[in-house]
Amino acid sequence: MYRYDEFDAAYVKDRVNTFRGQVNRRIDGSLTEDEFKPLRLMNGLYLQLHAYMLRVAIPYGTLSSRQMRALAMIASKWDKGYGHLTTRQNIQYNWPALKDVPDILDALADVEMHAIQTSGNCIRNVTADHFAGAAADEIEDPRPTAEIIRQWSTEHPEFLYLPRKFKIAVTGSPNDRAVTKAHDIGLRMVRNDTGEAGYEVIVGGGLGRSPFVGKVVRDFLPKSDLLPYLEAILRVYNLHGRRDNKYKARIKILVHETGIEDLRAMVEREFEQLDGPSVALAEEEVARIEAYFAPPVFAKLPQHSSALEQAKKADAEFAAWVETNTDAHKQSGYTIVTVSAKAIGEAPGDLTTAQMDVLADIAEQYGHDELRISHEQNVILPHVRLDDLRIVHAALADAGLATANANLISDIIACPGLDYCALATARSIPVAQDIQQRFADPVRAKAIGEFKIKISGCINACGHHHVGHVGILGLEKAGIENYQITLGGDHTETTAIGDRAGPGFAFEQVGPAIERLVDAYISLRANDNERFLDTYRRLGLEPFKTALYDNERTAA
Amino acid sequence: MPLVTKDGFQHLPEAAYITVDQLTETDEPWLAVEVAGDVDVSAIAPHFEKISLIAVQFPSFADGRGFSIARHLKRLGFDGELRARGHIIADQYAHALACGFDGVEINDEVAERQPFDQWQDAANKVLPPYRQKMAG
Repeated sequence: MYRYDEFDAAYVKDRVNTFRGQVNRRIDGSLTEDEFKPLRLMNGLYLQLHAYMLRVAIPYGTLSSRQMRALAMIASKWDKGYGHLTTRQNIQYNWPALKDVPDILDALADVEMHAIQTSGNCIRNVTADHFAGAAADEIEDPRPTAEIIRQWSTEHPEFLYLPRKFKIAVTGSPNDRAVTKAHDIGLRMVRNDTGEAGYEVIVGGGLGRSPFVGKVVRDFLPKSDLLPYLEAILRVYNLHGRRDNKYKARIKILVHETGIEDLRAMVEREFEQLDGPSVALAEEEVARIEAYFAPPVFAKLPQHSSALEQAKKADAEFAAWVETNTDAHKQSGYTIVTVSAKAIGEAPGDLTTAQMDVLADIAEQYGHDELRISHEQNVILPHVRLDDLRIVHAALADAGLATANANLISDIIACPGLDYCALATARSIPVAQDIQQRFADPVRAKAIGEFKIKISGCINACGHHHVGHVGILGLEKAGIENYQITLGGDHTETTAIGDRAGPGFAFEQVGPAIERLVDAYISLRANDNERFLDTYRRLGLEPFKTALYDNERTAA
Repeated sequence: MPLVTKDGFQHLPEAAYITVDQLTETDEPWLAVEVAGDVDVSAIAPHFEKISLIAVQFPSFADGRGFSIARHLKRLGFDGELRARGHIIADQYAHALACGFDGVEINDEVAERQPFDQWQDAANKVLPPYRQKMAG
């Protein structure tokens, strides 16, 4: 994985000192509160309901065990012993004291980490497929691209005061696990007619108040044009994005109001006029960055592991976990493990200090020292030998990390909601916990199959509810929480925004409504392999709407 | 409005700024033009010869259009003096210089709160790695 050179290290250290200085200049009055706020945000520090929140960047979700241990140490020394994984592959600490923040940033800098541009109206931390470099279906590892963008966008002098935040995601696989169509810019690695790898460039996707599926602005961009093309898009957005209304300031609104054809013309004109080579990274530098992402040295192993097969026969619970929580690896004899941070009844995406340490140990011993954070708020061990799965599972189970629910109904995305967040209008975590409890039986969950529930505690949609098979949006009506349900959303390469089912539900009505929905799906599906999303697409909203509101009628 | 330069705050007499619209009405040389954030600066390019100073307005430090406008003017070949003018804070000084501004004209109120040493510190900051490599 990428290692800082002397420039990166010097910059991150200097940045901590700059922020220390900014805090002092706020205190001595050099900076007004209005002026300090964006500076604070660009260093990852939010003021939340009960305390400050520090959002630490995990570029493209990739971590080493050493870094994971540092995150654990920070959680125990300066927080309440846990951290929260976010849908942008970051980790948030919910209880740091303001005075400790520069020390936390120093501790992060010691392990080549930071909180730079995890908030604010700038280019945010770049995300990528969490199976990058391991997935069997990959064209190319998207992380060198993401790292190049990280370097380019870090304190880019022109793009720090954009109309609004700007999020970029990269996938190297045709199977999109990075939600690229719901980002300001999504890059999908594709091959052209001559077999050359490049990017399909998608622009103007986004969730929030006005959800839009991103549109293709360029169907094939050669890799060498990456930064000049991004610069052209950002310049058009910086100059023309709306600044009169923060709710209309994202690039998705510019794309919508301008139209993709006109916007494409503006971007291409800007791109043509740019002195491309002065922006593009030199080939040697690209090669240097790519070399950091060379795959680890894998052992030559057979496709089949008899140790694994025997263990599966001996232990049904283990076999069930292998089936749900592992994915095909490009290397024979290896697999990708999804470690669920969604234990039944726990806050989705929360990891304790002890769990982070265990994950670091496992990655070090059995996982080529690599960990990933997924946008689905889980942890990925990207390179595990099939032969080692049994022992890895046992170690995870001891730490409460072996829940066999990846992609199942209890693998819920939920934002922090009203329990933490200053923007929230309703609670998210207790809704997720209630649903998890209802579907805690692993046999039942498995029978239901792939079922993506995503919960946001406000309209800003950090919980990606629009693209959940079932989306739950917590609002507030006259001081009472009210939950709107959407159906049929999809976060993959076939991205779709869910349809609103109808009037919202009271907090305690959400769980029963989901139960009725699931029962209806089970009775309506064509066969056991038809996912909820497919049944929904086949039958439409009506039968599911009836199921959701069935009880409302009898109760009324 | 004091002008921040490499050597300190300079209190110059206010330049006689004209607007972009007035550009077409005059053939006088050594003009000083003030440009708002929503102006398409390519319309100014034909008049570059008679312009010695362009000041790009910053109505608020949070409005970053001026940074892109500076880059655009430089690309169009403007080689006169380029200033950022308005609400700019010391923390943005290095970014303004990197985008092609020669100096910034700041509000008196900001100059009072943020004395010259804060601008000097900002200008001496370590650049992010990508830009160091590009610069070298």
